[in-house]
Amino acid sequence: MSLSLEKHKMPEQEPKVRAKNFSEVALGYTAEIAKAEADRCLSCKAAPCRQGCPVGVDIPAFIKHIKENDLDAAITSIKNVNGLPAVCGRVCPQEEQCEKHCVLGKKGESVGIGRLERYAADYARHKGEVVEKVKYAADAKKVAVIGSGPAGLSAAGTLAKLGYKVTIFEALHAPGGVLMYGIPEFRLPKEIVQAEINNLRKMGVEIAVNAVIGKTFTVDELMEEEGFSAVFIGSGAGLPHFMGVPGENLNGVYSANEFLTRCNLMKAYKFPECGTPIHVGKKVAVVGGGNVAMDGARTALRLGAEEVYIVYRRSENELPARREEVHHAKEEGIEFKLLTAPLEVMGNEEGWVTGLKCIKMELGEPDASGRRRPVEIPGSEFVLDVDTVIIAIGQGPNPLVQSTTKGLDSNKKGNIIASDETGATSKPGVFAGGDVVTGAATVILAMGAGKKAAAAIDEYLTAKK
Amino acid sequence: MFKILTKQELAPNVKMFEMDAPLIARKAQPGQFVILRIDEDGERVPLTIADFNREKGTITLIFQEVGGTTQLLGKLNEGESILDLVGPLGKPTHIENFGTVVCVGGGIGIAPVYPIARGMKEAGNNVVSIIGARSKDILIYEEEMAAVSNTLHITTDDGSAGHKGFVTDPLKQMLESGEKIGLVVAIGPVIMMRNVAETTRPYGVPTVVSLNPIMVDGTGMCGGCRVSVGNENKFACVDGPEFDAHKVDFAGLVTRQRMYKPQEKSHSEHCANHGKGGCQCHSH
Ligand SMILES: Cc1cc2nc3c(=O)[nH]c(=O)nc-3n(C[C@H](O)[C@H](O)[C@H](O)COP(=O)(O)OP(=O)(O)OC[C@H]3O[C@@H](n4cnc5c(N)ncnc54)[C@H](O)[C@@H]3O)c2cc1C
Ligand SMILES: Cc1cc2nc3c(=O)[nH]c(=O)nc-3n(C[C@H](O)[C@H](O)[C@H](O)COP(=O)(O)OP(=O)(O)OC[C@H]3O[C@@H](n4cnc5c(N)ncnc54)[C@H](O)[C@@H]3O)c2cc1C
Ligand code: SF4
Ligand code: SF4
Ligand code: FES
Repeated sequence: MSLSLEKHKMPEQEPKVRAKNFSEVALGYTAEIAKAEADRCLSCKAAPCRQGCPVGVDIPAFIKHIKENDLDAAITSIKNVNGLPAVCGRVCPQEEQCEKHCVLGKKGESVGIGRLERYAADYARHKGEVVEKVKYAADAKKVAVIGSGPAGLSAAGTLAKLGYKVTIFEALHAPGGVLMYGIPEFRLPKEIVQAEINNLRKMGVEIAVNAVIGKTFTVDELMEEEGFSAVFIGSGAGLPHFMGVPGENLNGVYSANEFLTRCNLMKAYKFPECGTPIHVGKKVAVVGGGNVAMDGARTALRLGAEEVYIVYRRSENELPARREEVHHAKEEGIEFKLLTAPLEVMGNEEGWVTGLKCIKMELGEPDASGRRRPVEIPGSEFVLDVDTVIIAIGQGPNPLVQSTTKGLDSNKKGNIIASDETGATSKPGVFAGGDVVTGAATVILAMGAGKKAAAAIDEYLTAKK
Repeated sequence: MFKILTKQELAPNVKMFEMDAPLIARKAQPGQFVILRIDEDGERVPLTIADFNREKGTITLIFQEVGGTTQLLGKLNEGESILDLVGPLGKPTHIENFGTVVCVGGGIGIAPVYPIARGMKEAGNNVVSIIGARSKDILIYEEEMAAVSNTLHITTDDGSAGHKGFVTDPLKQMLESGEKIGLVVAIGPVIMMRNVAETTRPYGVPTVVSLNPIMVDGTGMCGGCRVSVGNENKFACVDGPEFDAHKVDFAGLVTRQRMYKPQEKSHSEHCANHGKGGCQCHSH
């Protein structure tokens, strides 16, 4: 059997077409392609790929099931360790994780593990999954989960399966965290996120939306008055950073969070049928080079912007975004202004953005992160002609829970201090995981943390009995 | 779902709802607000908690119909419900015995001043309230304010009630008379709050205003509500909404409030055309 050195391509919408709509860009493997891609896997005994997966999906096993056309077995195998495969198959930075370690990657391209995972998960969703309601014991204990992002969802699912009565408290009106308000529809259809959340509900997990912990309830009240024996905090890293340059409060300057929330969660693209407006403008600069920046740029394009720039102070190699998303963005016509740093947002008398003053950079000595530090090239200032600026330079943890909980320690950056292995915090009975602990990271790491903490909560509550 | 228990019209285009919201009522403090959404396609809109009753589990909202969402809200009736209501958000007013506290409320801003005046009175302050509106028929909460104030001044732009002039007039008189004032709290249109700030500034009297920038989440996640206070960016929803009036960049606030002017008009027209039940786009 001669096997291709290259991964099978995933059918996609044409760049020109998709740049004008919000439907999913990647269409997913067909049965034939999936089978052919699965056949590329060598079913290695050592399975180095597994080391790259933060939750340890049994990759050769599930791929073997796909080869044998036993998709039910494939999805069961994945779901043993990964509660959200339809999400991870789509948004995991696979080239940095599982696929990075695949032996095929040495000579050619690795197996398309993420794409196959997505294929199996989509199959299961379309077929209609049967979710069993958890049978709670008469003395089942109550556990509270704060935040409904991937960390909270995976903690809740794991705890429910262990027989705990779980209530998720979510500040916004819709559960899902970044999966709902941040990552756009064209990368992760909201229907998929909602299907996963409905499965949790069917299992018996309660979801209380419009509940801001620190305001509606405090953690101490949940434990002392509301009868929760333990609490898991997965409140994420939602606090947007601004650049601190002049002109940042002009009209037309958005944090990526605001821009994406207006579009994804509030459906501003349907304005005025839906009540939330959004300002897009003709020329948009997005500052930053991560997934958030790519999402902001591609969303602006879909909302009708004519020219969209990514402004990033390092070079192509350092772009933290997933390769695939950078590639998609370029195909769609996003222009990359690399080695370029913003100095000031320029505005007119009415207070609207008229341009972004930038300076060119070159790479100097490596910095603390090991990447070469960008340094300004004197005299290279120029003004980028734009009317909207989206700032995507990172997020920190929201301090609301930390500042209202007695005895819960955080570090200087405001992240909750919690054990890597168990999520245990300085406060007995309180566990934490995901972005609120690590700082902005990935969906799968947040899920892994939620799962580990759930196991630790079970241990803690069992020992307490 | 959150039920409207009672509805009252306080003035033309100003409505008052008593909402069933026990969890919010339990925690509400003067100075805090809620964010509501009427239905699945609705915008998230912040409104101050004008009053709360912990025993009954209710909160009172008073709103002016200024655009699409508040107009739709005004069309709802007793017994009907809205989809989302979250709170209490923001930091409560800092209440203690300051001696004499002057509570200034302009227009719809009188409503949020009321629980603050009440709280200040309960804390033992001499509460002097100054409330004002363009004219008598749009002046709200006169009796309520009288009940929680030691002295109540009323002003109208046209002189149809109380003193003809602005709320800053009685305030200025007090300051000039040398009466010792511990704190001034002012809520109302931005221009009024700015004028109050300028009135008290020369006298160095601590002055607090409650800002109303455009908000989305109300939890510190979007930064849309940022205002410059003492040259530092603050998020009004979590760091405020109350700030030191002498440090607020009011001009910046006014500019940012205008960000969606063109869109607001088209939303208002859309809502008017589609009538009650709102934006019927559930099927798209
Ligand atoms: C635009 C964007 C694109 C991204 N793209 C990718 C990608 O392609 N691949 C990838 O792996 N990762 C991606 N990430 C990162 C990834 O989404 C996060 O690492 C992940 O969502 C973190 O999960 P979490 O559960 O810790 O927090 P979140 O997903 O942030 O969820 C936290 C939840 O807690 C709620 N909350 C916060 N405070 C409170 C409170 N006081 N009370 C109640 N609820 C509260 C929030 O409203 C939120 O719903 C992206 C992030 C963004 C913003
Ligand atoms: C903390 C806070 C407390 C408030 N309390 C009250 C109150 O007690 N009573 C009251 O009548 N009004 C209050 N407001 C103002 C109220 O939120 C706006 O009038 C309302 O959002 C207008 O929505 P609309 O669709 O009817 O009008 P639009 O036509 O959309 O807008 C009319 C005006 O409202 C402002 N506005 C629009 N959307 C928002 C938004 N999402 N957040 C804030 N402002 C917005 C705009 O700047 C514009 O000037 C408060 C605002 C804040 C921030
Ligand atoms: S969960 Fe992510 S890292 Fe793990 S196998 Fe799936 S795609 Fe790879
Ligand atoms: S390393 Fe690659 S080829 Fe080997 S089992 Fe894993 S996916 Fe298959
Ligand atoms: S409203 Fe979003 S941060 Fe204040």
